[in-house]
Amino acid sequence: MSLHEATTPAFRANARAALDNANLQAALRGSRGNFITKRARAREDLPEFDALRDRARDIKDHVLAHLDLYLEAYEAQVIASGGHVHWAETAEEARAIVLDLCRMAGAKAVNKGKTMISEECGINDFLAENGIAPVETDLGEYIIQLRGEVPSHIIAPAVHVTVPEIEAAFRKAHTHLDPDRDLSDLAALQAEARGVLREKYFQAEVGITGANMLIAETGHSVIVTNEGNGDLTQSLPRMHIVMASLEKIVPTLEDAATILRILGRSATGQEMSVYTTFSRGPRRPGDPDGPEEYHVVLLDNGRSNMLATPFQDMLRCIRCGACMNHCPVYQAVGGHAYGWVYPGPMGAVLTPSLIGVEQGGQLPNASSFCGRCEEVCPVRIPLPGMMRSWREREFEKRLTPAAMRRGLGLWAFAARRPRLYRIAARLGAGLLSRLGSKTGRIASLPFARGWTGERDLPAPQRGGTFMDRWKAARR
Amino acid sequence: MAGERNAMPERTVALFVTCLVDMFRPSVGFATVKLLEDAGCRVEVPPVQTCCGQPAWNSGDRENAKAIARQVIAAFEGYAHVVVPSGSCAATIARDYERMFEADDPWAARARALGARTHEITAFLTDVLGVTEVGQKAPVSVTYHDSCSGLRSLGIREQPRRLLASVAGLELREMAENDVCCGFGGTFCVKYPDISNVMAGDKTRNIAATGADMVLAGDLGCLMNMAGKASREGRAFRARHVVEVLAGDLATPPIGEAG
Repeated sequence: MSLHEATTPAFRANARAALDNANLQAALRGSRGNFITKRARAREDLPEFDALRDRARDIKDHVLAHLDLYLEAYEAQVIASGGHVHWAETAEEARAIVLDLCRMAGAKAVNKGKTMISEECGINDFLAENGIAPVETDLGEYIIQLRGEVPSHIIAPAVHVTVPEIEAAFRKAHTHLDPDRDLSDLAALQAEARGVLREKYFQAEVGITGANMLIAETGHSVIVTNEGNGDLTQSLPRMHIVMASLEKIVPTLEDAATILRILGRSATGQEMSVYTTFSRGPRRPGDPDGPEEYHVVLLDNGRSNMLATPFQDMLRCIRCGACMNHCPVYQAVGGHAYGWVYPGPMGAVLTPSLIGVEQGGQLPNASSFCGRCEEVCPVRIPLPGMMRSWREREFEKRLTPAAMRRGLGLWAFAARRPRLYRIAARLGAGLLSRLGSKTGRIASLPFARGWTGERDLPAPQRGGTFMDRWKAARR
Repeated sequence: MAGERNAMPERTVALFVTCLVDMFRPSVGFATVKLLEDAGCRVEVPPVQTCCGQPAWNSGDRENAKAIARQVIAAFEGYAHVVVPSGSCAATIARDYERMFEADDPWAARARALGARTHEITAFLTDVLGVTEVGQKAPVSVTYHDSCSGLRSLGIREQPRRLLASVAGLELREMAENDVCCGFGGTFCVKYPDISNVMAGDKTRNIAATGADMVLAGDLGCLMNMAGKASREGRAFRARHVVEVLAGDLATPPIGEAG
């Protein structure tokens, strides 16, 4: 998905369609609670978990305060280990750099580990348009690539797909296999994907991975995976390209270890992911394997503009997905409704930052501010507070819908004038109370269809407002 | 309870009744007053009160939010304690007011001072007054919904449960996902009714699964949402504000029922 294809302004319609999609709802209901239970158990098992969260937050804050310094140090280390760093200010620049590198490597096929930055840059479509075949090697990414979709979750990209849908996608794509084979369970599907992908590992000239962290002290990039696909992707082809955004920097290996301790636990409840892979530079003489060339594409794409704004804290994000796993809005509509690369609470803050509040402004509004995301965020990003900051920007820019502004304005006018408010409350309570006098509730109200469409409005008690009754009783 | 009352020094408490209780369910205000008076407090209701301003604040309208905050601060800062029968409105006063003003604005310090003295009712009774029992009897089974702001901004979880445990004959049956939003969320419920409705439906299903007679909570907004959804679905359980049970007011019809 590229910048131009964001359907974020249509969030409401997207959400409605998601709620009406029975397969999607089945998938969301099926996975609901799994991540939550696992994270809770992992947290219980590690007494210092919350203290580690504080440390991780402080590490990231420190990096963001000295980002230029750490980026330079990181670049120097990559160069010293024989690698190259390419700075991309925009997604377009990153695309062009990756294409150039692929052409340099004579690539016809590119294998990919899981990388959200490549999604942000729309790498797959771009490479395909230029005659290079991208192959996703993460099982979830592979499934959605076959289905022509984008990830609906930052760590579980195919969480919206049901097992029968995966089977259908595999039967359609893997026509060289026995049509009568049994694909009825997840294990069979995994085995088939492994077999198909295994061949592709040896065909690609370039492997693209993301990075969960970049270490300034050593020039390492770090990926965490559970399938081992990332390791094969980056060590078998002759060129390894790391695509990462610049806030992924941490100062030292020890800092990386601190963050790893909260990352797996927050994401999947694992103490550590199955694979945690550090890579630096190309294969050295005597190394048994590894790429001949090692390139890092460092993407800004609007992030440096977030520094020194109310949204800077968002750059602490380590992409664990805990916020969306715990978000009741995400659980209801899934990730695609958000309409751009990053869904859930972190997407609701990041998306307007990266594509503009005019495009992304729906997302920070689509929250009940329940605060569960902030409660579980491993680096304590105040997500609801930042969504509120976006709402303020929208209000200042007059992007808030006119009806909403008028309603709020009227209400605030009265709320600032207690005597007028008293009268309005008295009249309103009286009217609603009469409307609901028979049943104690109101089933339909023309100016409040948002409420009464799917629920009744409990009517005010008879006998007047509290303030009137208090005054009458006590004076 | 009577013994404790005599031991308690007389305190004056200002009641911030909240706009929803004022308009929709004054009995919650009176139940709150009763609980406070039973605990030895003298209750005053400053007449200059409308709403805490949360709708403006959460909609990005900082100017109106600040104006309403200044009004509340001026009207309530003379009291030793401000008590609110809502975790959400209490959190707005206790946590958000200070954030509305620039650090060097004198109103910021006044907001902070008021915030430190502002309490949700069940937290005030237990944490400040040390109330351990309310001396009531209610042969009902209840389930308790933890409203989001009270739970996460103010840390209210055990307080209402401790007080409910002191009600003779009352049985608390915890529901699944009792800490998950009911879908109210202030203006969220009318801005995104489709999503809000799904969240409300999940909530009423979890409530019904306990088989409890009624759902209790500390916030009228959430309660109206849950009660309104439940009556539309034809659910059997009732909804009440927790202070009604704690104050022994089961005579008033439940939320959304005619009396």
